[in-house]
Order: sequence, then C-alpha cells, then structure tokens
Amino acid sequence: METLEIAGKALEVDEDGHLKNMTDWNEDIAKEIAKAEGIEELTNRHWAVINFMRKEFQEKGDAPSIRRLTKESGVPTKELYSLFPKGPAKKSAKIAGLPKPKGCI
Amino acid sequence: MKKLVILGAGTAGTMMLNKLSNILDKDEWHITIVDQHEKHYYQPGFLFIPFNIYNCKDVIKPKRDFFPPGTDVIMSGIKKIEPKKNRVLLDNRKVLPYDYLIIATGAKIKPDETEGLKDKLWHKNVFDFYTIEGACALRDFFKHWKGGKLVLNITEMPIKCPVAPLEFVFLADSYFTEIGIRDKIDIHFVTPLPGAFTKPKASAILGDFLDKKNIKLTTEFNIARVDNDEKKIVSWDEEEIPFDVLVTIPTNMGDEVIERSDMGDELNFVPTDKHTLRSKDYENIFVIGDATDLPSSKAGSVAHFQADVLFENFLSAIENREMQEKFDGHANCFIESGFGKGILIDFNYDTEPLPGKFPLPGVGPFSLLEETKTNHYGKVMFRWVYWNLLLKGLEMPIEHQMTMAGKRAS
Repeated sequence: METLEIAGKALEVDEDGHLKNMTDWNEDIAKEIAKAEGIEELTNRHWAVINFMRKEFQEKGDAPSIRRLTKESGVPTKELYSLFPKGPAKKSAKIAGLPKPKGCI
Repeated sequence: MKKLVILGAGTAGTMMLNKLSNILDKDEWHITIVDQHEKHYYQPGFLFIPFNIYNCKDVIKPKRDFFPPGTDVIMSGIKKIEPKKNRVLLDNRKVLPYDYLIIATGAKIKPDETEGLKDKLWHKNVFDFYTIEGACALRDFFKHWKGGKLVLNITEMPIKCPVAPLEFVFLADSYFTEIGIRDKIDIHFVTPLPGAFTKPKASAILGDFLDKKNIKLTTEFNIARVDNDEKKIVSWDEEEIPFDVLVTIPTNMGDEVIERSDMGDELNFVPTDKHTLRSKDYENIFVIGDATDLPSSKAGSVAHFQADVLFENFLSAIENREMQEKFDGHANCFIESGFGKGILIDFNYDTEPLPGKFPLPGVGPFSLLEETKTNHYGKVMFRWVYWNLLLKGLEMPIEHQMTMAGKRAS
C-alpha cells in the first residue's frame, strides 16, 4: 500500500495518487494536494467546486463528470478549466479527497 | 397475454428480439419492437468508407430482413416512456402498454454540443465518420485532397467504439501511403484522454504504433470550440491546433426520448445495474447496448455479450427467479492498423487488454495486442458474422464472460 505524507500525516493513496479513504480528508490536506497540483491558493470558487464534488460523491458514489459539474454546480466550463487547469474533473476530485471519476472507459 | 416491448431495432434490440422470440411461448407473450428507421447500418463498416474499402451497399440492409416472421413491428418515433404507468407513447399517437420493457435506443453523435462544430465548414472541411452521410462526404473529400494537416479530434468520452478513432488514423496512414501522398500529409491524433487509449497497457502499445506510423499524438486536449475562419480547434485552456481537414468524433449522447422521459443522466444514458442490466429505477425495465450508462465500451461486441446475459436474466425475472447471470464488462475489438493488418484486444471491467492468443489459448488463430494479417482477416470476416449470425441471435463460439486463458498477465 502506498502512502503519502500530506500535511504532516502519512495517508494511504491509490495508484493514481488519490486518497484511499475520504474520511482522512480535511481542508488543510486539500490545500496541500492543491499545491502539489500547481494551485497555490484555493479561492471561494475552488471551494464551491470541491464541496459540490464531495456532496455528489456522498450521494451518488461517484465523482461527477465535467458535464454534470457545469450543469449542477453553477460554475461554467471555461471557469472550471481556469480554476483547475487541464483536467477539472480529475484534479478537483483529487483535491476533494475522492477517487478518480470513473467517467471514461 | 403478457406484453414485452423492445424500443430500438439496432444491433442490441434486434438480437434480443430474435433470442426471445425463439423461446417465449407465443400463446402467452406478445412481443412488439419499435423503431423509426427502415435501414439497419453495419456501423463498424463506416470506418472503411472514407478509404473506399467499403461502399454504402456493404453497410446497409433493411431492418425487416432480421425480424423473425410474424413480429409485431411498429415503425414510428417514440414520444415518451411513462415508466410509472408501464406504457410508451409513440409519435403515431399509439399507446403501447407493457409488462416488460427493453430499452435499446442506442447512442448518437451530437455535433451541436460543441461551439462551431456544425458550422459553415461542416462536411466541407469538418467531417464525422460515425454517420453514413459523414463517412461518404469524407470519402468524396479525400478523393481530391492534395495534402495538408489532417487532425482527428475526440470531443469527450464516452464514445461508441473507442478504438475507431485510432483505426481511422492507422487507415489514413496506409491509404495516403498507397496513393503516394503520405509525405504531404501531417496526421495528428488529438484526444482528451491522458494517452492513446482508455486502458494503460493497451494505451502504451497503441501509442507506440502511432509513433511508428509517424502520427503525432496530443493528449489531454479538451475542445471548447472550432474556429471556422482560421480553421483551428481551440481547447478550454486556449491551446490551438490548426487543421486543413478536421475529422471529429463529436459528443455521444443517448436518444432524446430518454431525456423527454426523464430517465437518463446528463448524457441521456439510462442508469443501469452493471451486472444484471436491469434499470436501477424500475424492476420491469431492462437496458442494453449503447443506451446504458455502464462503464463498459459502447460497441457491438459488448451489446452481443450483454444480450447473452440479458436473455438469461430476463427469463429469470419473468419466472420470479433470482437473476444469476452477471455482465462482466467484456469487450472484444479488432483494430484495423492499416496495410492489411490488424490488432485484437479483449478486456472487461476489471482486466485491461493483455497480450496473448485468442480464442484458443496458445493457438489463436488471433493474437492479442499484436499486429497480424490474421487479425485483419478476423475483422473482414466479422461483417459476414454480423449479418448472418449475430443479428439473428444465433450461438457464437465466444463466451460472454471474459476468460484469462491464453492471456499473459505480468
């Protein structure tokens, strides 16, 4: 089992580097993961997305796709890409302490 | 008299109709199939049309040729499914009550979902090859093309037949080499995925093939719009890729009737139990093929393996037995790689494509994840198998559950 030291704690991660247990997650850990992903500061808009991701995951058992994010979170696609460059769904899931979205096959 | 209604007479719907017609007692069951189109398209054949390997005649047959005699066929669009009332409303104003419903309404491309895609360059410099119209328009364009930048772009996942875009660029490399203008053409494969394919091992091997064939690969490109004036595609983070001809795989979505019936997810795919193929919301509704939201490939081979599972589970359900068969996500795809060769992959939900021999361990005749002539003949033969065995619901020599026999896992 791989572990990663995040915010002073050794946490289990999966092969994609996502937290294994979402209960390990807290806001400080989110900030640390974000930094490692090249996002220096998490703004309110970032948090809106992260919180939406966590809520969706708890309700549905899978992190939402970008399409669902745009439709339901109220953050337009363009802005999602500027908040989480390259892969908003994947990156925001990682920061939110969730597994990689199943989405594509 | 109990009523079974099948919505959609494509690959999955036709297979289910044939399988169930053979076994359900005609004095007890009335089966109705609904579709609005007269023609059945052999969709895997669309890929070959732009390169003049197949023509239209090769990929079209009347749907009626594949229905068992005496089938109640209704040619009509579907207005709405009312699952709480166990009935379907048709465009021709008919109301179809049912005891059981099988949804096989498929998936289709939706170029309108991307800004500028279906604009003034559509079917002039921008083509799809997932429709007969797009494939034929592209064939006509290639006939007179002198060369330039050929860009293939996948808009977003999931798409029907995730290997078809790779086959397209492999065949383009082969085709333009044979007509002597390959040196005048840049082929560029642009995908939102992190690699050439969805599964890591196959992705690495297929990525090497791209390299060998001098095809450029750009990954993690998420298209936002097409600039029709400057002929370029632009990503959400403002990366730009110019083209002379753009071959697009637009967003794939389930049928609009799913949205009208409020039964789908954000892409109009129906939430379906990934093992039993029963609707997650309604006990007497089953879903098969591209219409489902399953995390398996959207492909004919998958619909075929699902049909074996659904057949058994349907019979269990109507007899109030527990459903025993489990769909494992099995997919089996021949990948045309050009110059008369092909690659074969075989995988499921949990096991990614691995090298080895198929279907007989150690013998083949097909080789997994390797480029061989035999694999190509497999693909060529498959069209005959499709029309003559598969659609008619006849037994095939391949089990629906994936097997590890003959595969090298390391």
